Amino acid sequence: MAGRRVLVTGAARSTGRRLVAALAADPAVASVVAVDDARPAEPFGAKVEFLQVDPRSPALVRVLQSTGVDTCVHLGVTAEPLAAGGRATMKERNVLGTMQLLAAAYHAPDLRRLVLKSSTAVYGAAPGDPAVWRESMDPGTPRHGFGKDSIEVEDYVRSFDRRRPDVAVTVLRLANQVGPTVDNPLTRYFALPVCPVVFGFDPRLQFLHEEDAEDALARAVLGPAVRGTFNVAGDGVVLLSQAIRIAGKPSLPIPEPLVSSVAELLRRTVDFSPEQARFLQYGRVADTTAAHEELGFKPAWSSLAAFEDFATRRLQRLVTEEQVTRLEQDALAALRKAAAWLSSGART
Amino acid sequence: MSAQADGAQAPRARCRALTTKGQPCRNPAGPSGLCARHERQLREAAARVGGRPGEPSGGDVRAGGDVRAGGDVRAGGDLPSGDRRGPTDAGGGDQATAEALAPFLDWAEEALDFLRRRLTGDYPIDDFGYDPELVQHVLAPLLRPLYRHWWRVEVRGLEHVPDTGAALVVANHAGTLPFDALMVALALLDEHPAHRTLRMLAADLAFTLPVVAPLARKSGNTLACNEDAERLLAAGELVGVWPEGYKGLGKPFRDRYRLQRFGRGGFVEVALRTGTPIVPVAVVGSEEIYPMLASLRRVARLLGVPYVPVTPTFPLLGPLGLVPLPSKWVIEFCPPIETSGYGPDALLDPMAVFDLTDQVRDTIQQTLYRNLADRGGVFL
Repeated sequence: MAGRRVLVTGAARSTGRRLVAALAADPAVASVVAVDDARPAEPFGAKVEFLQVDPRSPALVRVLQSTGVDTCVHLGVTAEPLAAGGRATMKERNVLGTMQLLAAAYHAPDLRRLVLKSSTAVYGAAPGDPAVWRESMDPGTPRHGFGKDSIEVEDYVRSFDRRRPDVAVTVLRLANQVGPTVDNPLTRYFALPVCPVVFGFDPRLQFLHEEDAEDALARAVLGPAVRGTFNVAGDGVVLLSQAIRIAGKPSLPIPEPLVSSVAELLRRTVDFSPEQARFLQYGRVADTTAAHEELGFKPAWSSLAAFEDFATRRLQRLVTEEQVTRLEQDALAALRKAAAWLSSGART
Repeated sequence: MSAQADGAQAPRARCRALTTKGQPCRNPAGPSGLCARHERQLREAAARVGGRPGEPSGGDVRAGGDVRAGGDVRAGGDLPSGDRRGPTDAGGGDQATAEALAPFLDWAEEALDFLRRRLTGDYPIDDFGYDPELVQHVLAPLLRPLYRHWWRVEVRGLEHVPDTGAALVVANHAGTLPFDALMVALALLDEHPAHRTLRMLAADLAFTLPVVAPLARKSGNTLACNEDAERLLAAGELVGVWPEGYKGLGKPFRDRYRLQRFGRGGFVEVALRTGTPIVPVAVVGSEEIYPMLASLRRVARLLGVPYVPVTPTFPLLGPLGLVPLPSKWVIEFCPPIETSGYGPDALLDPMAVFDLTDQVRDTIQQTLYRNLADRGGVFL
């Protein structure tokens, strides 16, 4: 192949920026077309052409048809309603933006590969869920918000897959990303001075280190073409209580009846979409064996290691491990002293 | 970047020493490969036997622990001044008191270690949320007095539960609150030679209730659905299922020890699909802990729970009525029923599934009647 030409949507946001940089650095890639409607914080390097267009604009059609793009990476689905300008705009961007992109892609003659960044949010979060989701399991229950957008986007991509059998479609369902640079509602939640939790619940969470997210997407673009849908997450799980303690924050238990009003508050401060409150109540865990066996992707960071890395490099801990260890040593020393006093005092 | 990734792959370094119980120490290791506590123990032991604190190794540390446990405590005149702590600090003090206090100090040290790991989030859990440390240090010790002294549980047939690999434990369900499940799990954890953890399949209500939901997960339970059951069995776990569900748990006292309907035989399908042996279990004693005379159906509907029991003591005595009656318990594990010989066709044949379900049900019912007749009296 005479050098790959890759188009990346949603390129100005954190995952997009890193992926574009990684792709541009690869010798197999001839050029990268980076598309977003916002300007990136820093300009892209050589080999990268940045297009500031709305994903819904017809300009995208021209790009896909004229520049000989062979791979399209769709990262343009967002989980942040406030940043997107309201829930209605978010839905429009997510679902209609995808429809427009796929309509353009249908007419792209050189396109051979389509990679969609989806989310494990498609599984929702409910008490009656199976403990570990496999890709083939049907989430079933009705959903809303980001999860529903993701399901609809995946449906359109699957229908595209049927209409263009010559294009290999890979859907990656990423778990919640954490890391030194990533910025999303969940990282902002852990950066709060006090983390509100639902009283009496301790959900299991999975984290994906930003490097692994980039690695998985780059592999789907540059590695052998693998059709299918894959969960991508760090190994193992972390309990919310555990994560909050690693983050060194106090937690604030909220009784269930008050959760919706606190969720509203969280929506304004950290840009939580409403169903993420359910995520912090029930959690979810996805099975990553398919990504390992078929895609050949094994994350370098476990969920716990990824979160610890994020906590050490990004968070101001109110309670540090050193403090707790010192407290333990002090308590023990006091006990020993008391024991020594007792054994000497008993004689006199 | 790759160096970071490598660092992430290696789990956090743990102390190389063994605890007094012979298990690997879970504390984070310092530069010497030992945690602060074991390093100090080693230094103390070395000082006591008059040697120099040499290059520490796992075996040495253990030996050091043994020295300490053996009470070979001498007045530590040659101790480095910074280490004048512990029983040696007593100087010319009362040796007997120091020795009497030593186990308490060890216990306190372990408890503080545990607390610190909890406070810093430094404990392992599996994908289902099972937290072995919490079970070992908190939940099991809380249940043990009930098991040993209140209900004086007698266990039979533990040899029918395999030491390794998957098996499906199927038991009768009774007693208003699922104490029978907890006691079967504790019997396997404490009395089985391999100290097996029973991963129980619980009703969906357990995962919607605050406080109960995380405890259910942390003690190793998961939702009673085929996906979870098959996943656990494929991982070689011991899975516990109570097919009667609420019908058994909340049945009136007059129906005691009469098995209710065994669901739709879902557990048999799971066993057939995974080729797992089924171990029927008969629990005698659980029926009498809260003899349910009636159910307040309207209150139950209002609270969204399956039943609200009326027992001789509840709600008459208020919270005191929550104290279960001290019946005598017998838990018998019956010989396993193999399912691997049935082949894939059995799954398509509803008759085969019904037959197997009935076989399990009959085994439990017969064992219940036999052990009931054996038991001298309800409370003896």
